[in-house]
Amino acid sequence: MTATTLFGLCAAALVGLGLYGLIVNPQPLRKILSFNLMGNGIFLVAAVIARRGAAAGMGGDPVPQALLITAIVVAFAASALAVALMLRLFEETGACSLSTKSDPASAPAPAEGGEA
Amino acid sequence: MSTTTHIGLVLLLLGLALWITVARNSFAAVAGFIAYGLLLTLAWLALSAIDVALTEAAIGAGLTGALLIGAASRLRDVEASAWAERPGATTRALAALISTVAAAGVAVCILKLPDPGPTLAPEAARHLAATGVGNPITAVLMSFRAMDTLLEATVLLIGLIGVWSLAPDRVWGGRPGLTPKTDPNGALAYLARVLPPIGIVIGIYIFWVGADHPGGKFQGSTVLAAMGLLVMMSGLRDVPAVRSRWLRAALIAGPATFIAVGAAGAFTSGAFLAYPEDFAKPFIVVIEAALLPSLAVTLVLLLSGPPRRPEPFP
Repeated sequence: MTATTLFGLCAAALVGLGLYGLIVNPQPLRKILSFNLMGNGIFLVAAVIARRGAAAGMGGDPVPQALLITAIVVAFAASALAVALMLRLFEETGACSLSTKSDPASAPAPAEGGEA
Repeated sequence: MSTTTHIGLVLLLLGLALWITVARNSFAAVAGFIAYGLLLTLAWLALSAIDVALTEAAIGAGLTGALLIGAASRLRDVEASAWAERPGATTRALAALISTVAAAGVAVCILKLPDPGPTLAPEAARHLAATGVGNPITAVLMSFRAMDTLLEATVLLIGLIGVWSLAPDRVWGGRPGLTPKTDPNGALAYLARVLPPIGIVIGIYIFWVGADHPGGKFQGSTVLAAMGLLVMMSGLRDVPAVRSRWLRAALIAGPATFIAVGAAGAFTSGAFLAYPEDFAKPFIVVIEAALLPSLAVTLVLLLSGPPRRPEPFP
């Protein structure tokens, strides 16, 4: 098996694992992690395509490689925004849950209008 | 790297990815993510993408890791209780099925890729001389696909505006993060005095060498950002208030220069972001030099989060 096929299959597995984690894990932090895993899988596909395009004395096609650099930086910006949203949710509700069920045991929301 | 090394690398990557997905403790999962990011750097090297490996090590593993570790330590107490909201066995089985189908779809696409793969490498090599830079990736980023890079710099700024807009009204314009605790004789303060001079030289070197060798402004600015963060975490300097005029000027200087040079190209060379013939290199250097500090400041502020401490008006 060539290196590109091997890393390509690894990319497919990363996409699958990331998607599973995104659906199953209830915590927003874990969803951000899983989303990054999925993104990395896609990046790896792009890197494999770049490597298969090696020509003209270059180790890979420079166009997808340059797009990958852009993608990694943009993924960081998106993660930073997601983390900021998550921490604001935590500051507002004292919990970090995306559950819509108003279960007072699992989601102790301090600003619920029911008291007094 | 030999095939055995590649297989070992892939197994380690998948093992860590599984750990990140199923670990009960979120802090442990984030720790796994940082190790995974560094291993992914080796995967880029195995695929001959050295510029990408540098970016991954600096931003993918480094900055993203720092961002997530910070978030995980703040959420440590509530993360465990949220585990109870895990969906039931049916949902999990269904999720596993959907994920397997998605992964199989990607795998089929990979196996069915045309052989030999289509490539723009000869095209890039033919026009490389016209840009005056020797690194084809820098040529793509700054010349062939300069629009992507301009949009990327803009996306970072918009992301930062999004982060800032999460600040509560009473602290708007204030300083991000908590008041730093300073121990002037501690190890952190010592490192924050010793490392930045070296780090700044390395960051500028990575930026400068990017014209002809692997490196560039993104990797260089991340090293500069790391030095800034070190100084702020040690408490030697506070994070600037987001209201500060010089800070806002520093943020927009890079993208504004990029747009100005691009607009000038519309008059001198007939297209937005086109460079006049024989003068491509100086223009690329001007844009990159302007982007370097802007990107570094943007990265520091993205990591610092929204303002949390009110800043009195002067």
